[in-house]
Amino acid sequence: MTFRKYVVLAGVTVFAAAGDSMLSHGMKQTGNISIHHLSSVVLAVLNPWVAVGILLLLAFFGSYMNALSWADLTYVLPATSLGYVLLALVAKFALHEQVSPMRWMGIALISGGVGFVAGGPALTSHDHHRPHGSGGSDCRSSHVVGAASGGAEP
Amino acid sequence: MKHVYTWGAILAVALASVIGDVLLAGAMKQVGDVHALWRRSGLGSVIARILTNPTFFLGVSAMAAAFFSLLFALSWGDVSLVGPAAASLTFIGNAFAAKIFLHEKVDRRRWIAALLVAAGVALLAG
Repeated sequence: MTFRKYVVLAGVTVFAAAGDSMLSHGMKQTGNISIHHLSSVVLAVLNPWVAVGILLLLAFFGSYMNALSWADLTYVLPATSLGYVLLALVAKFALHEQVSPMRWMGIALISGGVGFVAGGPALTSHDHHRPHGSGGSDCRSSHVVGAASGGAEP
Repeated sequence: MKHVYTWGAILAVALASVIGDVLLAGAMKQVGDVHALWRRSGLGSVIARILTNPTFFLGVSAMAAAFFSLLFALSWGDVSLVGPAAASLTFIGNAFAAKIFLHEKVDRRRWIAALLVAAGVALLAG
């Protein structure tokens, strides 16, 4: 794992959380959209919050694709679920909302799950054709780490 | 009956998300490490490789199907049930699908992670 790859994972997390919050904020301003007035969806895009939200979600998609090009799906998903934790922390400390004990428990479980995968290798699938050999050494060294710390490596 | 529709739609969301995630992950593995590709042949070639990959478009279509199923699910059930239930099921489903279709080594560490995250997401609704 290089520093750049951690930045990409952080991007996936932050862009998803920020994009969702902005969309949700904007959609509450525009009001309900019914099946019978689908044209209101077009109007919703004109709301600046919604527009920025969509841009952020596009940025999320870009970094998500980037991450999936060099890491396993079962590595990227838990690593990026930290976005839920981020949202709760923003709610607590920026918006001063009440975060219930149940939610803190949920946050603890997610963080624990992320800790579990973060210690292991990012890439395990031995791809039949990897046209661009780079990343191989990266992958090998993390395999060693995974095996040394008790991962079920063959 | 409403419960049946809600849970049916939740399952549809989770199924379409899992299919989409697996297809997109598969497509990006075919494309290869974009950092290396970018360094070697530039951003244009990265974008061209992704946009000429048929699996990528199948994945995007599945994601679109997931999004519309989510809209249906939300019209029958509460967001506090639908959101976390669909997300949790997607985490578990992805662990199975990644093992079977992407041949990822989903070891004990990753199973525990998937279960912890799924449980945590479910608790966030509380």
